[in-house]
Amino acid sequence: MTIVIAGAAETDEVGRLPGHSTVQLHLEAAGNALADAGMTIHDIDGIATVGTPGPIQIAHALGITPAWLDGTGVGGSSFLFHVRHAAAAIRAGLCSTVLITHGESGRSRVGAGRFGLGADSLLGQFELPYGVVGPPTSFTITALRYMKETGLTHEQLAEVAVAQRRWAHLNPRAMYQDLITVEDVLASRLVAYPFHLLECCLVTDGGGALIVTTEERARRAPVYLLGSGEAAESPIISQMEDFTTSKGFRLSGEAAFAEAKITHEDVDHLMIYDAFAHVPIYGLEDLGFVGRGEAGAFIAEGHTSPGGRLPLNTNGGGLSYTHTGMYGMFAIQESVRQLRGEAAAQVPDVEVSVVLGNGGMFASAATLVLANRLP
Amino acid sequence: MKPAPKPTPETQPFWDGTAAGELRIQRCEPCARHYFYPRPRCPRCGGDQVEWVRASGRATLYSYVINHRPAPGFEDDAPYAIAVVELEEGVRMMTNIVGVPNTPEHLELDMELRVVFERRGDVSVPLFEPVGGAA
Repeated sequence: MTIVIAGAAETDEVGRLPGHSTVQLHLEAAGNALADAGMTIHDIDGIATVGTPGPIQIAHALGITPAWLDGTGVGGSSFLFHVRHAAAAIRAGLCSTVLITHGESGRSRVGAGRFGLGADSLLGQFELPYGVVGPPTSFTITALRYMKETGLTHEQLAEVAVAQRRWAHLNPRAMYQDLITVEDVLASRLVAYPFHLLECCLVTDGGGALIVTTEERARRAPVYLLGSGEAAESPIISQMEDFTTSKGFRLSGEAAFAEAKITHEDVDHLMIYDAFAHVPIYGLEDLGFVGRGEAGAFIAEGHTSPGGRLPLNTNGGGLSYTHTGMYGMFAIQESVRQLRGEAAAQVPDVEVSVVLGNGGMFASAATLVLANRLP
Repeated sequence: MKPAPKPTPETQPFWDGTAAGELRIQRCEPCARHYFYPRPRCPRCGGDQVEWVRASGRATLYSYVINHRPAPGFEDDAPYAIAVVELEEGVRMMTNIVGVPNTPEHLELDMELRVVFERRGDVSVPLFEPVGGAA
């Protein structure tokens, strides 16, 4: 059975949307994805989305009576997990066509869930007492170790933001489009040394939705799911095995490449979840595109920039395009656009695209191998 | 006020230790290996032949950030380092570094540290300071 993405769309706008509640963002994205697929709610018998408001409310709000639900909420990678789980459910005959939605009022916080964990949680006992203020102060904590062990420089870390801004410069939907230099990045204010503001992701509002089904049921040229993988490491970043490499990135990538039966040479386009500038560096190495300690120079030399041999984060990424909080949905959307030839910064002749999603702070990971043709 | 952890049954021995001025962690007897954070079974072998032992309190600086946007209670400390240290026993934990300016020049990775304790309400949290004063 051939599993495809038969519909994909984002909300009409992404960025600052104080007039949209979280639920509205889900529903708008769902409507756009259904229209994109040439389908209606009556075609959908499976639903997947994250935590709040969750699959029950989204299905009910849309008028869908699901025969299959998935509420996997493992951070920003969750939507990649949903695609993988939907494929398995369809192959198992549990349902035939799955709608996956994301909506997050990350910036405006309209109808959004509350942040915060109890003082008796794992985080509350072993990390929050030390003055952690969310991902900028903890997701980033691995970087100095990586820099010491590999020789990555502050300038090379800044180059990640510079490279992605080159893509955002070509994308009218990106929140920030003006070209920047390494000097601009290093002159932006320190958020959590060694990270400056321009090395940290945006916080925006927006949503996206996908429709996963079989090739036979697709009503437009489909995007094929050739392979996928999922993994988890530690719930708190201090317990990550090795601060210079993500086990979840490695394991999910290996599984996805093996199932898809592809090699690195087959990959035309790559999306790596970029909550902070070091994450694409880990992703390039942990997926095996470059050797250990080589990713900083690889990006600085322009290989991931427009015209480079491995176009990476071509929407501008979480650093420049949009980042609602759970960015993975937008990484998949850009991969689909590139495979359809519809991207704002279209890369020529993309046939195989890989998406690596991160959840939490290197806590969970999932990888998808997508293509616009079967091998 | 800085946040204080609230112990749970499986972590209580750790916090009893810090209150007594000791850093207590778990050790799997068959594996002859320490582990952290507190949990009932060894994450390596899955066995429950685990004991609480007193760690030496010696550690090295594994990695850190210097936070410029203070958490509630940390306003007077900013910018301050949030660090991960590696204990002599091989396990790592998050902490703060005291007794030394929290600047990149004074915080060298792998520098030697030792544990001290800071009272937070009903509990004490482990912090680390350089061995032999400022680097």
